[in-house]
Amino acid sequence: MRSAHLSVVSAQQGKAANVPAVELRDVSKTFKSRNANVDVLSGVNLSLASGEFLAIVGPSGSGKSTVLNLLAGLDQPSAGHVRCQGRRIDGVNTEIGYLTQHDSLLPWRTVEQNIAVPLAIRGLARSETNARVRDMIAQVGLEGFGRHYPAQLSGGMRKRAMLARTLIYDPPILLMDEPFGPLDAQLKLTLQADLLKLWSVRRKTVVFVTHDIVEAITLADRVLVFSARPSRIKLDEPIMIPRPREVHEVRFHPCFEEHYRRLWAALDVTATRRLT
Amino acid sequence: MTTEAVSEPSHAAPLASSNLVWLYRTLFVGVFLIAWQAASGTILDPFWVSSPSAIFRTVISWTLSGQLEYHLLVTFKETIAGFVLGAAAGVLLALLVGASDVLHRTVDPFVTAIYGVPKVALAPLFIMWFGIGLAPKIALAAISVFFLVFFSTLRGVREVDRKMVDALRTMGASRLAIQRMVIFPAALPWLFTGLKLGLPYGFVGAVAAEMMASNAGIGYLTQNAAGQLDTAGVFAALFALMVVTSLLNAALGRLENWIFRWR
Repeated sequence: MRSAHLSVVSAQQGKAANVPAVELRDVSKTFKSRNANVDVLSGVNLSLASGEFLAIVGPSGSGKSTVLNLLAGLDQPSAGHVRCQGRRIDGVNTEIGYLTQHDSLLPWRTVEQNIAVPLAIRGLARSETNARVRDMIAQVGLEGFGRHYPAQLSGGMRKRAMLARTLIYDPPILLMDEPFGPLDAQLKLTLQADLLKLWSVRRKTVVFVTHDIVEAITLADRVLVFSARPSRIKLDEPIMIPRPREVHEVRFHPCFEEHYRRLWAALDVTATRRLT
Repeated sequence: MTTEAVSEPSHAAPLASSNLVWLYRTLFVGVFLIAWQAASGTILDPFWVSSPSAIFRTVISWTLSGQLEYHLLVTFKETIAGFVLGAAAGVLLALLVGASDVLHRTVDPFVTAIYGVPKVALAPLFIMWFGIGLAPKIALAAISVFFLVFFSTLRGVREVDRKMVDALRTMGASRLAIQRMVIFPAALPWLFTGLKLGLPYGFVGAVAAEMMASNAGIGYLTQNAAGQLDTAGVFAALFALMVVTSLLNAALGRLENWIFRWR
C-alpha cells in the first residue's frame, strides 16, 4: 500500500526515486551555552521518500524540534549534514512549510492578510492572491472569518489559519511541530482528519513531531521513536494501517495495538520520568 | 487582549465610570480655580500668583489682538517640524541599529551617553550654529523627540517575537520584507509610546530655545511678560501651551486607537 502511493507520487513529481526528499546523515547537534554543552542529537541517520508522512515521537527534551529546525535551516548541525531534495541545506530552507507549536500569526493582520503573506513575499498579483486566499480559506474551513484578527479566533481556528498560510505557497515538504498539542481531544481529531484529507490530495512529504503515540499512528506512514538526550533513533516503525484512514477508526484496526505496544515500549516512559 | 473580546456585554460599566471620572475632573478644575481666585488678593499677593480672572482677561485680549494665534503658531510650527524630523530619524535609526546586533552593541554606549545630556543645554550651541530664527528651535525640538522615539522604537525592535521572524524567513521573506511585515508593525506600539512621550518634550525644546533668543513664539511671550512683571501674561502663555499639547496628545491617542484596532 505504502510503496504503491509513493511510486505514484514520485511519478507525478517527476523526481528520481532514489533522491530522498529529506536526508539526515550522521547528524549531531550540541547546544553550547556559557556553563554547559548540551548534546541534543548524536549520529542521527534518516531518509525520507518524497510524499512520505513521517511522525517523530520521543521524550520531551529529545531533539525532535531540533530536527525540524535543522530541516528548516534555522539551525545548523554541529556534525554531519542535512539534505533536502538532494540539496545540502546551509541557510534558511524555503522549500519547506513550517507549522510551529507556537502561534506565529501576525496579530496586526486579518486572517486573509495573514494567509496572503507568503504570496505577498513572492510578489503575486493582487487578484490572484485574493482568489487563492479565498480558495484556501474554504479548504481549511475558515469561511466567514477572513476579516477577523487572530485575537478574535479560537485556538483551533488559529491553527487552521496557520495551516492555510503554510499550504498556500505549496511547499513540497511540511514540517509540523506538535501542531495540535494544546487543543482538546475532539478538536484534535477534527484537525487530524482535515490534515489527512488535505494531505491525501497534495501528497506532500511531512515530518510531524508529536508526543502523542495515537496521533503518530493515525497520521503517519512511519513513526520514529527518539531516545532521551543525546537522542538517536531508537525505533523506526512502518505503520501497516491502509489508507485512506478514518481518524476515529484507526485505533480499532487489528494492527493498531501491535504498533502501539512497540512504540510505547521503545518510548520507555519510566526512563523519561527520571529525566524530567 | 482577550478580555476585550470576551467582555462584550460589560461595556456599559466602563462608560458609566468614565462619565464619573469626567465629572470628578470638572469638579477638580472648578474647585481649584475658585480656590485660586478666592485666595488671590486675600491671602496671596496677586502680583506673584495673579488670578484666573486676570489670566482669562489676558487670554481674551491676546486672542482679540491676534497675538496669541501668531505666537502659538510659531511655536506649533517649530515643534511639529522638529517632531517630524526627530521622530522620523529616531524610527529609521532604531530600525537600522536594531537589525544588527553588532551595530547595536557598538553604538549603544554613545547614544546612551548623549541621551544623558540635558537637551536644553544644547540650546546655546544651536543658537550659535543656526542663529535666532526658526532653525535652532526646530533643532532642539527634534533632538528632544529623537532620543525618546529612538530608544522606545529600538526596544520594540529588540523585543520582536523571533518566532514570527523565523516563520517569515522559512516562507522566503527577504530582510526588507521582514522589516516591513513583522519588525515595524511589532515595534509600532513602542514607537507610539515614544511619540507620546516625545511630543511634550518637543514643545519644551522649542519653548526653551525661544526663551533664550527669539522675537516670536510662546517662549518669547512668557519671557516678555515676565520681563514686564506681568504674572498673568506668563500664566496665560503657559495655559495656551498646555491646551495645545493636550489637544495634540489626544489626537495622537485617537490615531493610536485606530492603528491598533487589531488588539
